[in-house]
Amino acid sequence: MTEQMSHVQALESEAIHIMREVAAECERPCLLFSGGKDSIVMLHLAIKAFAPAPVPFPIMHVDTGHNFEEVIEYRDRRVAETGVRLIVASVQDAIDQGKVVEETGPRASRNRLQTTALLDGIEEHRFDAVFGGARRDEEKARAKERVFSFRDDFGQWDPKAQRPELWNLYNPRVKAGEHMRVFPISNWTELDIWHYIRDENIDIPMVYYAHKRMVFERDGMWLGVTPFMTLMEGEVPEERLVRFRTIGDATCTGAVDSAATTIEQVIEEVGATRITERGATRADDRTAEAAMEDRKKEGYF
Amino acid sequence: MELLRLATAGSVDDGKSTLIGRLLYDSKSIFEDQLESIEATSEQRGSETVDLALLTDGLRAEREQGITIDVAYRYFATPKRKFIIADTPGHTQYTRNMVTGASTANLAIILIDARKGLLEQSRRHAFIASLLRIPHLVIAVNKMDLVDYDRDRFEEIRDEFTEFASKLDVADLTFIPMSALNGDNVVDRSMNMEWYEGSTLLHHLEQVHIASDRNLVDVRFPVQYVIRPQSAEHPDYRGYAGQVAGGVMRPGDEVQVLPSGFTSTITSIDTATGPIEEAAAGMSVTIRLADEIDISRGDMICRPNNAPEVSQDIDAMICWMADQGELRPGQKLAIKHTTRWARAMVKDVQYRLDINSLSRDEETQTIGLNEIARITMRTTQPLFADPYTRNRTTGSFILVDEATNVTVAAGMVLDR
Ligand SMILES: Nc1nc2c(ncn2[C@@H]2O[C@H](COP(=O)(O)OP(=O)(O)OP(=O)(O)O)[C@@H](O)[C@H]2O)c(=O)[nH]1
Ligand SMILES: [Mg+2]
Repeated sequence: MTEQMSHVQALESEAIHIMREVAAECERPCLLFSGGKDSIVMLHLAIKAFAPAPVPFPIMHVDTGHNFEEVIEYRDRRVAETGVRLIVASVQDAIDQGKVVEETGPRASRNRLQTTALLDGIEEHRFDAVFGGARRDEEKARAKERVFSFRDDFGQWDPKAQRPELWNLYNPRVKAGEHMRVFPISNWTELDIWHYIRDENIDIPMVYYAHKRMVFERDGMWLGVTPFMTLMEGEVPEERLVRFRTIGDATCTGAVDSAATTIEQVIEEVGATRITERGATRADDRTAEAAMEDRKKEGYF
Repeated sequence: MELLRLATAGSVDDGKSTLIGRLLYDSKSIFEDQLESIEATSEQRGSETVDLALLTDGLRAEREQGITIDVAYRYFATPKRKFIIADTPGHTQYTRNMVTGASTANLAIILIDARKGLLEQSRRHAFIASLLRIPHLVIAVNKMDLVDYDRDRFEEIRDEFTEFASKLDVADLTFIPMSALNGDNVVDRSMNMEWYEGSTLLHHLEQVHIASDRNLVDVRFPVQYVIRPQSAEHPDYRGYAGQVAGGVMRPGDEVQVLPSGFTSTITSIDTATGPIEEAAAGMSVTIRLADEIDISRGDMICRPNNAPEVSQDIDAMICWMADQGELRPGQKLAIKHTTRWARAMVKDVQYRLDINSLSRDEETQTIGLNEIARITMRTTQPLFADPYTRNRTTGSFILVDEATNVTVAAGMVLDR
């Protein structure tokens, strides 16, 4: 008797199908790669989808310049191992060229400026399909998005006028200047990602495991002490045992207290947690009820 | 663990989003920060209780209007199964979003407000669910708290629906009386309806038998992508990548390739981690064949004695989804069927379906937004299609407006 696929196998099969559809139908795809766990899984899936041939599209890192060193090292190591072509869309360049103005003050973040660098990168390379590692379980606006999500020539998402998306018959057709954002792991949860990383034995940056780090408390989160941030009054750095649940711009990504040093321990911790990963660690989502929806409408990831 | 995809359906305000919120809440699948956030929003609006519908109604416009506009996807797992939930909108205007959420479902929960009974929209959604051949339907007779948990009222609605469903093609039908608001019969058994002896919703979702929903008989492999590394390591590798749409394939099987008609033998079924012994419906794999034949994307691999129909004339039911413009004879559209694009011309609108009576209106020649019709089409290239009743993958297609690139119809191939 032919066995039913397990749910992780079903999710993998769906993601591979989506990646092959894009490679077959779109002229210039690219995969967004931040060095975070979701984009690491995406690159792994891309390699599996086209093996033994190389991945038929480049990856693009939207670099805020505010990085965790370990993550950049990891990125460069993965690029060397896989032979995939890396494009860097730099927020620093956009600032230097006067395209965007950097926020000031202790709460300054380059998170929002990423949208400009991302859209410029897409325009410059004329990408018509851009893979993102967003998952619907992350956030309530993402829960609403299609797998193939249309962006107009300003890069905008219109949540009230999404194309119907039926069965697994995807429609990636766009006109010049428009593009598709494609989310192959839409249906994965944080726990699915971790199970997959374990089952496939995927290498991830060490910051996902418990380590000692100088941190300070802001808005109920542990932010790392970095050269890009100014402490505010009353904020006192201390060394704690922490790990990251998400990796984004170092100025707005918080760490959580954790003693999990192995993948099994991480899975146990994620399985038991009562707080979502963005709720626990992302200052960028806390500013307003519809913060993510508004950023997505502007063209954010 | 097995994966069950389910979708909600039913008329506006029947309580779909509240039910999903309740299901997540009572199964302890809600995170603290999500709960805090919807508590704060509920309080801001002066509501005394937490509005659980806010868990899925995540867009600003939805929260402002208190309705669902587009599908929200939510995920939860119990020790028995993993669930993907699509919470769909009840408004007629957004029917296409309901179809989007329901098209991939194994099970649909159709809600009916116990006070209102079967409405036109309940019938429309039930009909669409049967048209999409969702194998399992649950009729949730909701808001039982507002009819004093009255058994007679429940049975009245059950009988009315059963009568309606006898005209549809529904394989598995279950009725559950509930109160989504208070949680009766959602995860926990109701103390208010001792007369109900069936399962709670969650228990039913965990138990319903889904293993036999796949077609494991008719081998169908639409070629998606040809993998040719042409590298020093793999100079001659030539694999046909795709997701098995039906049947079970094994190395050594004799196969036929459409449209060429050539036959060959499967030498290997590859995955990135090595060859496997069999590939069944739903799996993404790469097939290699013994003979060098010309195969490209859009071709179909099947068995010599069991092939889909190869035809340029398509007879189908369609749901029309265009905001602007009606479907009419003579119209030209792009069509995507499995991995193949072609152009299609509408030859004839045979009838428009009246949702309330399920009667056929054969006079109308134009089909408007959210209407369902039977049409015939001629395509520029042959399609390799099965009746949708036999295979949901090789029997379905979409129509795309060539000027705007928007998807304007969902189509299901009929047996001719
Ligand atoms: N008394 C009572 N009220 C309910 C029940 N279920 C839902 N409601 C209320 O009915 C109203 C509509 O609920 P929703 O869950 O938003 O309805 P919906 O079906 O998702 O609506 P759309 O998605 O816009 O079609 C809300 O005010 C709910 O509180 C129930 O079991 N009993
Ligand atoms: Mg709703």
